[in-house]
Amino acid sequence: MTNKSVTRRGVLKSGAVAGTGLALPTIFTASSAAAYTNEPTGSSVTLGFNVPQTGPYAEEGNDELLAQQLAVEHLNGEGDGGCLNTFTSKALKGNGILGKKVEFVTGDTQTKSDAARASAKSMIEKDGAVMINGGSSSGVAVAVQGLCQEAGVIFMAGLTHANDTTGKDKKANGFRHFFNAYMSGAALAPVLAAEMGKERRAYHLTADYNWGWTQEESIVASTEALGWETVNTVKTPLASTDFSSYIAPVLNSGADVLVLNHYGGNMVNSLTNAIQFGLLDKVANGKDFKIVVPLYSELMAAGAGENIKGVLGSMNWNWQLQDEGTKAFVKSFGEKYGKPPSNSAQTCYAQVLLYADAVERAGTFNPCGVVEALEGFEFDGLGNGKTLYRAEDHQCFKDVLVVRGNENPTNAYDTLEIVEVTPVEQVTYAPDHPMFAGGDLGSCNSGA
Amino acid sequence: MDAILLQILNGLDKGSAYALIALGLTLIFGTLGVVNFAHGALFMIGAFCAVTLQKLFSLSFQTIDETQTDFLGNPLKVETPYVEAWFGPEVGASIIDWSVPLAILFAIPIMLLVGYVMERGLIKHFYKRPHADQILVTFGLAIVLQEVVKYFFGANPIQTPPPEALNGSIDLGTMIGFDPNAIIYPIWRLVYFGFAVAIIGAVFSFLQFTTFGMVVRAGMADRETVGLLGINIDRRFTIMFGIAAAVAGLAGVMYGPLNPPNYHMGMDFLVLSFVVVVVGGMGSLPGAVLAGFLLGVLESFASTTWATTTIPGINQIIIYLVAIIVLLLRPRGLMGRKGVMED
Amino acid sequence: MFGLNKKDTGLLIIVGILTLLAPFILNPFPADSAMAQFNAGYPDLMQRFVIFGIFAIGFNILFGLTGYLSFGHAAFLGVGSYSAVWMFKLLSYNVIPAIALSVVIAGLFSLLIGYVSLRRSGIYFSILTLAFAQMSFALAYSVLSNPKFNLTNGETGLQVYADDPQILQGANAPDLPHLFGLPMRATYTLDIGAWSFDFNAGYYLCAVVMMVVFYLAIRIFRSPFGMMLRAVKSNQQRMNYTGLNSKPYTLAAFVISGMYAGLAGGLMAAMDPLAGAERMQWTASGEVVLMTILGGTGTLIGPVLGAGFIKYFENIFSKINDNVLHSWFAILPDGLEDAVVFIIHPFIGKGWHLTLGILFMLVVIYLPGGLVEGGQRVSNWFKRRKSGADDAPSGKTEPAE
Repeated sequence: MTNKSVTRRGVLKSGAVAGTGLALPTIFTASSAAAYTNEPTGSSVTLGFNVPQTGPYAEEGNDELLAQQLAVEHLNGEGDGGCLNTFTSKALKGNGILGKKVEFVTGDTQTKSDAARASAKSMIEKDGAVMINGGSSSGVAVAVQGLCQEAGVIFMAGLTHANDTTGKDKKANGFRHFFNAYMSGAALAPVLAAEMGKERRAYHLTADYNWGWTQEESIVASTEALGWETVNTVKTPLASTDFSSYIAPVLNSGADVLVLNHYGGNMVNSLTNAIQFGLLDKVANGKDFKIVVPLYSELMAAGAGENIKGVLGSMNWNWQLQDEGTKAFVKSFGEKYGKPPSNSAQTCYAQVLLYADAVERAGTFNPCGVVEALEGFEFDGLGNGKTLYRAEDHQCFKDVLVVRGNENPTNAYDTLEIVEVTPVEQVTYAPDHPMFAGGDLGSCNSGA
Repeated sequence: MDAILLQILNGLDKGSAYALIALGLTLIFGTLGVVNFAHGALFMIGAFCAVTLQKLFSLSFQTIDETQTDFLGNPLKVETPYVEAWFGPEVGASIIDWSVPLAILFAIPIMLLVGYVMERGLIKHFYKRPHADQILVTFGLAIVLQEVVKYFFGANPIQTPPPEALNGSIDLGTMIGFDPNAIIYPIWRLVYFGFAVAIIGAVFSFLQFTTFGMVVRAGMADRETVGLLGINIDRRFTIMFGIAAAVAGLAGVMYGPLNPPNYHMGMDFLVLSFVVVVVGGMGSLPGAVLAGFLLGVLESFASTTWATTTIPGINQIIIYLVAIIVLLLRPRGLMGRKGVMED
Repeated sequence: MFGLNKKDTGLLIIVGILTLLAPFILNPFPADSAMAQFNAGYPDLMQRFVIFGIFAIGFNILFGLTGYLSFGHAAFLGVGSYSAVWMFKLLSYNVIPAIALSVVIAGLFSLLIGYVSLRRSGIYFSILTLAFAQMSFALAYSVLSNPKFNLTNGETGLQVYADDPQILQGANAPDLPHLFGLPMRATYTLDIGAWSFDFNAGYYLCAVVMMVVFYLAIRIFRSPFGMMLRAVKSNQQRMNYTGLNSKPYTLAAFVISGMYAGLAGGLMAAMDPLAGAERMQWTASGEVVLMTILGGTGTLIGPVLGAGFIKYFENIFSKINDNVLHSWFAILPDGLEDAVVFIIHPFIGKGWHLTLGILFMLVVIYLPGGLVEGGQRVSNWFKRRKSGADDAPSGKTEPAE
């Protein structure tokens, strides 16, 4: 008999629940056999990989899934070991996690909060997953993070870029390796100022939902701090497929820079439309017109094709970096799948290793032990340089890349070139920064 | 003034796509009485005809270039398209460059065939079934078609650029006396509008001025009587289904350069095109076209800063709001006929 | 019993037994076996079966009886969810007020939309409901979640934060949705040999609610009111000519089905206290239409079957990946194993949409009456074999009601 009655602040409250005794049959509160949710008792441990497999982000999800499978192989001592050889923490031995063979289950988030929670729940309730990893939107990340907090498992976020994931909506059981909108702004602004000058007038097109707003807020703040002026910020409906009516007025607005706070299909279309309208060939206020896409990904770059040439943006990581961790990861991924990994794939790969390593160091799969091991953990060798998992908000702090659409790509994969590696100091902020205020990390929940 | 002109242009452009899809839907509905939820998928297949042709033209053979390396440090495989090898680099490159317009020729027979097979193989069996069954089966078909495309082409959008000569934009404003840069408009969008007008014109003239068209119109009005006159109306309707599929497909082919095609673009247009058809009035071809352009223009105006500051969120809901108002003021849409799809 | 005839009582009892024993029925395979992939007896999916069953039963009261095809019913489900979560935020985590409010609000919302939309019929009605639902979705996704007036919390979804008032939340009450102290998430797992069965408090709450509303649906189907609604479907014009105004009846049916949807939304929030805007999108409305048609329009049990069918595919098939396939066919020789996996691969995991689409087509082509007709054919076949008599099959199958 096992008891899986799980509460949000379960550890604190479970005693209290028993105390109320309101129509509560004893079976629900009897002392449980398991010390925490889904304690692995056999010779294996199950991880849950929750990525979009249908819908517009299916390719992104597929890339994440490939990376996660690769990480599982490396943890189990198969393949060439990838980043296990370069990771500064040497706790992982390639014999699974704590000697248990790593297995995984997969689910489809459909990039919808409801569906993502349903598949995460099924992995937790049915398959006994101790950790959920992946995803490619902030809405989904926040929704699943909340679920994992309530259920008492660890959530390792995949691609989520909104400030709220480790700001307003941060949770003790949730961790984000990916960078965020604030960091994009902080990294991009100096490069923009250096390349385009300090006297620029920016026009923002912003996807009308939470992530878009936080990115717009971040970019506006950091560019205005350097002397730019913001001419207009226009929200575009998420369901838009054609942005001509939003692009057309830009040229006559007095702006000389267009910032596209769009992601995925929205970004591909809005950038394509902007190029069609010939914005990049124009001169406004006596300066060459420029376009900026603050959040880039390789898949978007591929979708946008020729249109991204010369367009600046930022990334969490890129396969063209030359450090040992990156080289090891790109080699294993490339040899196995025949293409270089995307930056969301790298995040998901790193998250699996980080989780496994934290379990090894804690000596337990208990989420509270894992949280403790990850908080304030400093590491290197996974491709992002020296990195800190900050205890206050469970956000990784590491270098951020500023990239540009390559003018002369030599193959299908080097569509982006690295302009600058912005050092971590420049993108670090205080945990109580106004853009991240209002959240409560709470305490870890082991589900017991 | 220039801003208004710009948004009218944008509206006509958006409206072109709406009108073409709605026209096809109405053709199918008016002739066969079938609610075709797979119509968006036909639009998508059209766009992927262009993608396929572009891929075919760029089919390449590989030569290994020892002087360059790929991302893993192995010698780079250089790809040379066969067409460039056969016709010489310049002619070959321009064939690839013109693949979207060439895809029109490629898409017409394919779409006619797709339409014909769809009608004979599936839709035919659903004439007498309730509309709900038609919705379920065509929706199922739409999912299958889009998943098949996803299987072969992936979920990522694929660029199908217009020919170099028609790429970029022109300054329309200076031609009619505005300041430079006042009305800049992409050439391909003008091409798309012109193309839509031509197709719409062709469909109407076909129905208006040919015997075939006359019979079809008669059949739309009273199928039974036309059948009793000894005319094989079913065969003509099958052909009309093929034509409707071709119209949707051509709309898709030409749409690619505006926004890169992806496998779910059909679903994105599906609901919208139904709204357009209903606002225009069920069964009315001119209504469908009129509503398409009308909603396109209104959508463009609703997305201006002026509109969104006056009524926050108006750009999100304008189409639906207009649909509600029109349907409440005019029970059968703008030009609908009495008794069509009212039960 | 309960004012039902023998056949309906039998149906109600069968449904009751099936729902109460669902944890056993849905977990037929031992937990560690390869077939365990097909087990559906875990709390979340069981709850979903029942909740979407309620949603579809309600939708069927409108569509199955009156023939009015609403393409915007998901809006009521969404409104129900939002109301329930607001109750959690403002009052307490007790699910009773939350569910009650979600039904009431959804009822009011559907009264408003129904009053306007029912001025038209046929596809014009469908598009009106679609338009209202899409507007609700768009507004909930963006405009109604601006920092100044945050009603829906947009893309992230409305959820309960630690600093919410929760004025009635007792000091000792569980910090998650509960029924007078019994957490909805409480699960008792019974292990019998290799099998494992989950008994979840939330599921049984949903199951009891479904029994009640299923009973209500039977009563509505059999009542004079239900008869009137069917008259609307068969010939509204004739009905109007006899001097009867059909609108109050259709509006009542619309509101009832809207309240069913609200109830489903409230229960969804009670099982998992988060309400997202996607619940109101047209795809969600389309899903309930598909559930009803797939199961059997106008039949009592059909919509529930359709709901189960679609949710099963969404949750079970999407999770089968190549690894699982390889483990199933590991006994085959290597080359053959890869070939089998290669053939099945497009239909599972990320290809689950494809399988669903094909099944939609197959069902509607071969079973015009939906899954219910499939069940009838099977049972008729058995009956004929048993009796041996060749009672001529009636040309057209009558949907069971």
